[in-house]
Amino acid sequence: MVYYFEMSSTPIIKVTDVTKKFGEITAVNNINFTVESGEIFGFLGPNGAGKSTTIKMLTTLLHPTSGHLELSGHSVTQDQDGARKSFGIVFQDSSVDTELTAYENMELHAALYNVSAAKRKQRIPELLKLMELHERASDPVKTFSGGMIRRLEIARGLLHEPKVLFLDEPTLGLDTQTRNLLWSYVKKLNQDTGMTIFFTTHYLDEAENVAGRIAIIDHGKIVEMGTVEELKKATKTKSLEEAYLKLTGTMIRDEKGNADAHNRSMAVRARPR
Amino acid sequence: MRVMYVLWLRQMKRYVRSRSRMLGAVGQPIFFLLALGYGLGSVFKSAGHGNYLQFLVPGIMVQTILFAGVFWGIQIVWDRQFGFLKETLVAPVPRSQIMLGSALGGATIALIQGIIVLLVSLVFGFHPANWSLVPLAILMAGITAVAMACFGSGIGSIVQDFQGFQSINNFLVLPMYFLSGAFYPLIGIPKLLQIISYINPLTYAIDGLRGVMINQHHFSYGIDLTALVVTSVVMVSFGILAFRRLEA
Repeated sequence: MVYYFEMSSTPIIKVTDVTKKFGEITAVNNINFTVESGEIFGFLGPNGAGKSTTIKMLTTLLHPTSGHLELSGHSVTQDQDGARKSFGIVFQDSSVDTELTAYENMELHAALYNVSAAKRKQRIPELLKLMELHERASDPVKTFSGGMIRRLEIARGLLHEPKVLFLDEPTLGLDTQTRNLLWSYVKKLNQDTGMTIFFTTHYLDEAENVAGRIAIIDHGKIVEMGTVEELKKATKTKSLEEAYLKLTGTMIRDEKGNADAHNRSMAVRARPR
Repeated sequence: MRVMYVLWLRQMKRYVRSRSRMLGAVGQPIFFLLALGYGLGSVFKSAGHGNYLQFLVPGIMVQTILFAGVFWGIQIVWDRQFGFLKETLVAPVPRSQIMLGSALGGATIALIQGIIVLLVSLVFGFHPANWSLVPLAILMAGITAVAMACFGSGIGSIVQDFQGFQSINNFLVLPMYFLSGAFYPLIGIPKLLQIISYINPLTYAIDGLRGVMINQHHFSYGIDLTALVVTSVVMVSFGILAFRRLEA
């Protein structure tokens, strides 16, 4: 399958020499990458590789120990508000208020992002309908299933029309139908509006189908980056899964991100960019 | 401003929707009021201090506000655990507004609970000395509520879990309450106890309310009000600083 994206020359995400340490543990170790405006960018890696830490730094939830992050021209550390206005995020785990209704969650979000009343009244029903939640709009979210909550979070993340949408393992625990709906919508959104998508996933088939470019992170370092074809070529493998396993090894990781030396020796060294 | 209003509204909606919480939070103070008011009433009277129920009501009102306000801070721990906190932390809104909007919601809830306790105590025979001063009492209770809710959110931002919150409650909030003159007059008590009471901000909240409602006070209104306002300013600053430092 072919997915095209509009390539413009200005990077919308710029990560320069970024390191994040938690005490002794280095979660992210001097990473560099850029994402162009309009790209669908997949960020892959084993558990504890530094994916979520990177997303948290890009979305102002964590401060980098050193280095520079830029979102849509705003320094993430210096101009937090500017950066915050330019992205939407669907977190790995739920972040809705389950005591409120779906509509109320959307309204609250609209207020947080200063969406005008007219826009709010038009877009909330529209987005709820799109995510097939309109019939349950005035039910408390605690009565929703996991997939419905995830759809609500996506609707919410799109409400303020962000330039960049972060999706942190958006399909975790969803059934095939919902996963399918989600990705086809995300791709359509990217094509229609040029919204940049930055996502992480453990499902390599999703990454292969959706992402224009992919970065593979392991032990806090980016070990390879490029289109699926480029990754296969660089590792002399036939599928993304093979390439991925060749790059990151087959050892099972714990969440702390300190996998053993055996693994390290198996990983292909990062290509300097 | 709209952000603060919406976050305040969120607290109110949650409060109104959980009726068991509403009842639970006023049940305990009313139990205190009745058990102590009737249990110790005759001793208090024979010691020459007058009607104990009258004396107790302002203290119980402050107790309600204290517990409701500080416990409200657990909401932040809750929001962190259930993820909603992240939604507010990545929003392009100053953290101070997020914290204040939510805390004012918590303060409003605490004040409502305090007023419910006051109304219930009227049924049990409490009567204010001067009805026209009751609005002033509500104002003082409101300032106390803001201070306590901000204190609670500060604690909620610092501790990582419910157990942490619980130990703060046991080692700080309960002693503060028992050493505030809620149960006994501040005259004729040991010197150390008196010193502790004098540096305890709750003392001034209770004394102020007692002065306004039953015309019995240890300090002047000026001192009580000043102490209350200073406490609020300190607590609001503490709450904002603690919330700003939160990382998800």
